[in-house]
Amino acid sequence: MAEAFKFELVSPERLLVSEQVESVVIPGAEGEMTVMANHAPVMTTIKPGVVSLKTVSGQEERYVVFGGFADIVPSGCTLLAESAVAVKDVDRADLARRIQAAKEDAADAKDDQSRSKAEQFLSQLTTLEGAILPA
Amino acid sequence: MPSLKDLRNRIASVKATQKITKAMQMVAAAKLRRAQEAAEAARPYSERMGSVLANITQAIGGGGDAPALMTGTGKDKVHLLVVCTAERGLCGGFNSQIARLARDHIRKLLADGKQVKIICVGKKGFDILRRDYASLIIDRVDLREVKTLGFANADAIARKVIALFNEGGFDICTLFYSQFRSVISQIPTAQQIIPAGIASAPAEAVAGGSAVYEYEPEPGEILSDLIPRNISVQVFRALLENAAGEMGAKMSAMDNATRNAGEMINKLSITYNRQRQAQITKELIEIISGAEAL
Repeated sequence: MAEAFKFELVSPERLLVSEQVESVVIPGAEGEMTVMANHAPVMTTIKPGVVSLKTVSGQEERYVVFGGFADIVPSGCTLLAESAVAVKDVDRADLARRIQAAKEDAADAKDDQSRSKAEQFLSQLTTLEGAILPA
Repeated sequence: MPSLKDLRNRIASVKATQKITKAMQMVAAAKLRRAQEAAEAARPYSERMGSVLANITQAIGGGGDAPALMTGTGKDKVHLLVVCTAERGLCGGFNSQIARLARDHIRKLLADGKQVKIICVGKKGFDILRRDYASLIIDRVDLREVKTLGFANADAIARKVIALFNEGGFDICTLFYSQFRSVISQIPTAQQIIPAGIASAPAEAVAGGSAVYEYEPEPGEILSDLIPRNISVQVFRALLENAAGEMGAKMSAMDNATRNAGEMINKLSITYNRQRQAQITKELIEIISGAEAL
């Protein structure tokens, strides 16, 4: 059995998860990464995606996060998400609204840099939608 | 001397008022608990954010690639004040305390020859500041429709501020809100959010993050993403503290009002009873003296 470490998922509104886990998969800005105990210290931004964690008891939990940060140290991992919900609670309408907002952002962008940023965010959101919502 | 009927009406109306203030107090107490819970739930995030920021600023070591939001423009000519107050009154000195702090601040800045811009969050602060500084108010945010404060509300305000900063609209931004200590004490506070004064924090953060971090992507890039988010978090915290403070102030104000109404009812009842007794005595005297005369 793999060693356990402390994982915390925090959104500005509340602390969603704080427990001992075996491993966590994080949607990092530069690719997905799996974090296990005694990971080297890393700090990374995360893109909209699914965080899945495996608790000590062997259960698997999945959360959808919309951007944020992960702070990883050997003894634990803290994920600061801009907003986060459990996958089973995801609201289809809410996601659609976010995508709509992202589309408007992309259309309103003034310069190239912010437009490419907004478009990137939009594509991440659409991928996410495809991944978690069965067609 | 008011007649018996006048007194009766008066007592009835004070009783009605007392019922209303009592109800408002109870509503405020229930809302206060919820607001306090929300404020507490938000605390972990801002704490973690603080330590992450401290870590990363240390890693960069004040190098040249720190974003402007953190280092400032290097000037202090134009000041932006974000004044957060409540949407509703009837909460004692809560709103006027914040407004007074802001007004003192504005007066000082203007005396120093600085330029001042104001963004009002909440109707009450706008109403108070409009009297003296209507020309300085550039924007107001209305949260009256908002039932439960979400991070999105704070984010929208922060975005506005940052957009203005990027246009070069101001050099220093200060946030005014009321810190929630307890039900009876809320402390109006001014907090500078741009440029962010983070340099003072690292002492305790070092203990947890003595190891060398790897950054993905580059520290500068992370920081430029993190700082705006930190501003949103600060605004969010201010709004939550304000919400709790408002309810606390309203609760004690309404408690006072209920007690005052009770006192008034007592006083009026005594006057009423005395007058009734006087009238009965007078009638008796009339009857007795009439009988004696026969």
